[in-house]
Amino acid sequence: MMAHNHEIRLCGFGGQGIILAGYIIGQAATIYEGVNAVFTQDYGPEARGGACRADVIISDQPVNYPYVENPSVLVALSQSGYDKYYRDVDPDIPVIIDEDLVTPDRTAGNPILTVPAWRLAGELGRVAVANVVMLGFFAGATDFISPDAIKKSILASVPKGTEELNTNAFERGFTHAQKTKG
Amino acid sequence: MTTDRAHLEGEFFMSGDEACAEGAISAGCRFFAGYPITPATEIAERMSDRLPEVGGTYIQMEDELASMAAVLGASWGGVKAMTATSGPGFSLMMENIGLGLMMETPCVVANVQRAGPSTGLPTLVAQGDMMQARWGSHGHYSIIALSPSSPQEVYDHAIKAFNLSERFRLPVLVMTDGAVGHMYEKVVIQPRDKVHIVPRRKPKVPPGEYRPYEPDADLVPPMANSGEGYRFHVTGLTHDERGYPAMDAEAQDKLIRRLVEKVEKYSEEIIEMEEDGIDGAGVVICAYGITARVSLIAMERARSEGISVGMLRLVTVWPFPQKRIAEIARQVKAFVVPEINYGQISLEVERSAGGAAKTILVPHMGGAVHDPQVILEAIRQAAK
Repeated sequence: MMAHNHEIRLCGFGGQGIILAGYIIGQAATIYEGVNAVFTQDYGPEARGGACRADVIISDQPVNYPYVENPSVLVALSQSGYDKYYRDVDPDIPVIIDEDLVTPDRTAGNPILTVPAWRLAGELGRVAVANVVMLGFFAGATDFISPDAIKKSILASVPKGTEELNTNAFERGFTHAQKTKG
Repeated sequence: MTTDRAHLEGEFFMSGDEACAEGAISAGCRFFAGYPITPATEIAERMSDRLPEVGGTYIQMEDELASMAAVLGASWGGVKAMTATSGPGFSLMMENIGLGLMMETPCVVANVQRAGPSTGLPTLVAQGDMMQARWGSHGHYSIIALSPSSPQEVYDHAIKAFNLSERFRLPVLVMTDGAVGHMYEKVVIQPRDKVHIVPRRKPKVPPGEYRPYEPDADLVPPMANSGEGYRFHVTGLTHDERGYPAMDAEAQDKLIRRLVEKVEKYSEEIIEMEEDGIDGAGVVICAYGITARVSLIAMERARSEGISVGMLRLVTVWPFPQKRIAEIARQVKAFVVPEINYGQISLEVERSAGGAAKTILVPHMGGAVHDPQVILEAIRQAAK
């Protein structure tokens, strides 16, 4: 009895919105897609700059063990996060990186999907939405959750007045994924 | 006073800590006094947002001693009250939890357990306060403690805890932990009219005839709130039915027996547990809180190896389900008891089993949950 299971690991440094991105994915799965999800997090005592990790397990079965054991995807927005976690990922598992922030270990063999999330967010006028660009890319590059559910979850989670900016950020990332797929 | 958001309703993606606060609000809690401490801070944080929205009062106190004292005072003022803390704060609350037990004061204390002793591992999970929950305040008493293993259950337990505290007139403990407290899952918040609420039992006699510690047939005395015209005295000293200090062995005997028996006599009504595949099993895992979830993985793996293993999940930890454990002990070879401490509830399992089955402790010193493989290995050994 194998559950339809996706284990998503996001990492970066504090202040990049990694934890919020994990929350958004978990909320998208449970509230907007109607499947089970558990979101756990790990971060240091610093307000910004420390290493942080967000793990989300999505399943059509109840999730008993709440921690990621075998990631189905790794999303890395910082070199230190990548260095810490890429060895836990099987060689056939895709790794999504911000190409301007992470230099991957090509010998690891993982398919590397790249998006300049930070740069694209800067072009939209706010690097703060780099995490949402990444979520857009994630939605376009994987089929774990519907893009629509992720979009709804983003809009339910961001501050009032920033809906348009965040929608644009999502679309930028999503379109980039479509282009990458060709 | 605003009541717009008086009762959230529907499905939310929420942490165990946030769910604890929402459960309290659903139960009618309108007073929180506390002191922030990780991993329990989010309960206080959410209460500080929510209580003003429902016409309640949030106070950040100078420390945990004062927090617990304020909670008792609020309860005597007629308001459902709670606090939330973690290990070091729980230690500081022990004195006034004892006062709450002695004065028979309904209230709820949530302990989001982290690894100790002392300041230990501030953000990281443990289940090391289970015996402190039972015996942490001095003197002999009975206590009620619940152990949720998901955010949804934290929400449900917060409501249940308030109901039990009103029904039996004592502080009720929600013994959650850092893993469940910081974990996010879907939480369903019930519509207000669907939430079962146990109201405070009020005196049926006029003020002049009220004896504050004269129990009903079920050993629980009705409770008049201050300000309702009833004049009475409450104290931490041993007291008679009028509430006045009575400094002798007879009064002590009468009071302590009642404080213990009002819970123990109704333990069957209080105790809740979840069983899976116990009939015909050779080995039964007995676990609670986050560890019960982790144990399910070990159980699945053991079953796939052909080992017949069942699960007894303790939902209520105190009072302890000793009768059920004794029954199971006569049918199985061994209990496997994983817990994030060096053996606390396992001692109760061993005592309750009375030698009829082995008890195998799978300890973890805290800071993380068990590796399911370690529990699996213990199940394999137990099944031999």
